[in-house]
Amino acid sequence: MARRRSSEPVAAKFKPGDRVRVMANPAVRGHVRTPGYLQGKIGSVEGIHGAFRNPESLAYGGDGLPKQFLYLVRFDQVRLWEKYGGSSQDRLLVDIYEHWLEPG
Amino acid sequence: MDDDHEGHPHPTVQDAPEQALFERRVDALQALLIEKGLITADEVRQAVEEMDSRSPALGTRVVARAWTDPAFKARLLADAKSAIAELGIDVGAIATIIAVENTEAVHHVVVCTLCSCYPRGLLGYPPDWYKSLNYRSRVVVDPRGVLKEFGLELDPDVQVRVLDSTADMRYLVIPARPAGTEQMGEDELAGLVTRDSMIGVAKTRTARAR
Repeated sequence: MARRRSSEPVAAKFKPGDRVRVMANPAVRGHVRTPGYLQGKIGSVEGIHGAFRNPESLAYGGDGLPKQFLYLVRFDQVRLWEKYGGSSQDRLLVDIYEHWLEPG
Repeated sequence: MDDDHEGHPHPTVQDAPEQALFERRVDALQALLIEKGLITADEVRQAVEEMDSRSPALGTRVVARAWTDPAFKARLLADAKSAIAELGIDVGAIATIIAVENTEAVHHVVVCTLCSCYPRGLLGYPPDWYKSLNYRSRVVVDPRGVLKEFGLELDPDVQVRVLDSTADMRYLVIPARPAGTEQMGEDELAGLVTRDSMIGVAKTRTARAR
């Protein structure tokens, strides 16, 4: 059966509040849109931005379809950096595409 | 020209070999597109001039309106692009803008660790430091230390929220309205808003400092 190519994904896999882990060994290589320093880190979904053409496909001449959900993911700074010097309430918020996230 | 006269150096820009390569590639691509009749040199010039016409002044108008009109601020925080359009500012087809608000309790600062994502349609070209590896690699690890270097020392009770805009979102920080500005109109208020305060590495000018 031919894979259905819809421009709009069906539903977001995660919802605000969900714990997520950024993939540590992603299948994606090359021009990626997820910073390496977050790989393997656990955060939580702060919000869902919507669905966008996949930039990792667009970067190599693809059509970016199907679209990917983009999330705003929140991380505790003290959990990201061993010697974080700021407050325990400090946060880092990063835009991450769904195919980089797994349940945390 | 990189001469050192009158005792102080005049910095110049030296094209790096890689830059020259990419420039040649862009030139070749542009020449080809023009030759094939897909674009004209005039369209390229117009697009460059359109981008050059963008400046932080657009952003300062948005912030000043948000300070004076709570309903506008609510719309700006909910859907920045349409709220900004109310002021006659079109941020462009590609950009999706998200506005975040700095208060006495929360301070946002924006970075793009992967490249230089920036709300160009609203603030114009990003400053060089925003694109530097130094800023991009350090502000996520030690935001308070980096902000201190910008002259902004935050109280430990203030929550710092670093926004790493690595994808399709472009962030605009609405700085906190300075005290003593209750009588000021929108235009005067816009004059207090700086580019850096809309990135989050600085506060606004104070009413007195003007």
